[in-house]
Amino acid sequence: MAKVTFIEHDGLEQVVDIPTGWTLMQGAVQSGVAGIEGECGGSCACATCHCYVDEALVDFLPPPSETEEEMLGCTASERRSNSRLSCQVRVSDALDGIVVRLPEAQS
Amino acid sequence: MVIVGAGQGGLQVAESLRAEGYDGPITLIGEEAAAPYHRPPLSKAILAGTMEEAQLAIRGAEFFERQRIALLSGTRVAAIDRSARQVRLEDGRRLGYRGLALATGARVRRLPISGDELDGVLGLRSLDDARRIRAALERAARVVVIGGGYIGLEVAAAARKRGLEVTILEAADRLLARSATPFLAAFYADLHRSQGVMVELGAKVVGLDGQGGRVAAVRTADGRPHPADLVVVGVGIVPNTALAEGCGLACDSGVLVDDCARTGDPAIVAVGDCTARRTTTGTLLRLESVQNAVEQGRSAAAALLGRERPFTAAPWFWSDQYDVKLQIVGLSADHDRIVLRGSPQDRRFSAFYFRRDALVAIDSINRPADHMVGRKLLDHKAVITPEQAADENLPLASLTRPGR
Ligand SMILES: Cc1cc2nc3c(=O)[nH]c(=O)nc-3n(C[C@H](O)[C@H](O)[C@H](O)COP(=O)(O)OP(=O)(O)OC[C@H]3O[C@@H](n4cnc5c(N)ncnc54)[C@H](O)[C@@H]3O)c2cc1C
Ligand code: FES
Repeated sequence: MAKVTFIEHDGLEQVVDIPTGWTLMQGAVQSGVAGIEGECGGSCACATCHCYVDEALVDFLPPPSETEEEMLGCTASERRSNSRLSCQVRVSDALDGIVVRLPEAQS
Repeated sequence: MVIVGAGQGGLQVAESLRAEGYDGPITLIGEEAAAPYHRPPLSKAILAGTMEEAQLAIRGAEFFERQRIALLSGTRVAAIDRSARQVRLEDGRRLGYRGLALATGARVRRLPISGDELDGVLGLRSLDDARRIRAALERAARVVVIGGGYIGLEVAAAARKRGLEVTILEAADRLLARSATPFLAAFYADLHRSQGVMVELGAKVVGLDGQGGRVAAVRTADGRPHPADLVVVGVGIVPNTALAEGCGLACDSGVLVDDCARTGDPAIVAVGDCTARRTTTGTLLRLESVQNAVEQGRSAAAALLGRERPFTAAPWFWSDQYDVKLQIVGLSADHDRIVLRGSPQDRRFSAFYFRRDALVAIDSINRPADHMVGRKLLDHKAVITPEQAADENLPLASLTRPGR
């Protein structure tokens, strides 16, 4: 279980408890975090679950797969060095307390 | 507002009503016990055993509370009374509505042959179905999949990954006959054969043989028995239109709606797998996809609030089998030319379909960027020539820029 803080584009903060093994996307949409759509339900097929992770996490997380990497090139909002698809980031205890920022648009 | 059917489309109507500023009561009625969940993983991660059921939910309980969406699970709507503007529940209760959305989805088509009721003959639509198939896969050695559509192919891939002996019996002379091009179908036949699946085309199933109430073999028209301890029937779905027909709404292979998800009754909209959409150009579209349910859900919510929000985006869909990700955008029927980008041998390519030199659809295999850019190209009706599509040195994204 990890406590993850999602910060919407307009600054609204929401702290969500996400079980180990779930993805950031699952935790966010089940709690109703509005800035993530997750239309394809986590199949890495829609890029509507784009997020910006803590800079410090970029090297800590397993790197994006080839598919995620390509999909990240096609997000609705700007891609940054800390961009990830939240459906591809699995939560573990080690992520407790992280902050995830959400982009202005998902589609 | 009352919504019948608590699946992908019904939930989207509820969410979009709130997003559009509607503040009044919303009741979402669903026959299944579970809160709205994602169906696509049922034939993928759930059968593979890599996803827990709790991860399937589209939204959690606190979301429904916060958005003040009253979810009536395990509740079936029996009839609609349009003159009284009421729905009647199976237990006799009545609920009045100002606006009504039908999002009743579809059910598995059954085989009109003997033996359909034997143990070990299963279809896949709901979480309950997926549980049964997953449990059966754990005991089965030989699986026969009847029907080479997407669901059949995904089940075959999941069973094969578990090391089971798998046969696909398809009555048509190719796979994916209703939904994909012959080119893509041939790619999938090769893919499954290379994974050790027996793919039999032109194989018309005439009966199912049982032993002690359990299925033992599938018989085809050529008289051959195909031994099986699990048979998965994936021969398409039947839209749930009984409620709509019962109250006199027009149906034609689905509840008839326009691009804004409106039926003939101004108080009633319909979305998702239960619909057939008459587009402005007059064609009747029956799409069975998440995007269709979501887009129509957004249109329907707007329509219930008296606004017009037509669904004009190009249709898209995906399928995951083995390590192959397919993403489709557009409608490829009637194409007259195929142009490839990338290599089918490497299982990394996109097929661009043209009709009279206009791009109409793209199938992408393990090329997600082509798909995402392709959606923009088709949505914006961008001009792209077959030569440009085939030219790997030309970034597709450059064609989507405004001003071109
Ligand atoms: C195994 C599987 C894999 C799939 N994979 C993909 C994929 O990879 N990509 C993709 O784009 N699409 C996929 N789809 C299709 C996609 O899931 C559907 O198109 C989508 O779920 C349709 O949403 P819906 O709301 O119209 O219907 P549903 O999600 O079926 O919801 C309808 C609900 O209404 C309920 N209902 C019906 N009648 C009544 C009544 N009288 N009273 C109360 N409730 C009622 C039903 O029980 C059901 O829960 C897949 C579907 C399945 C089954
Ligand atoms: S939910 Fe679709 S790509 Fe993440």
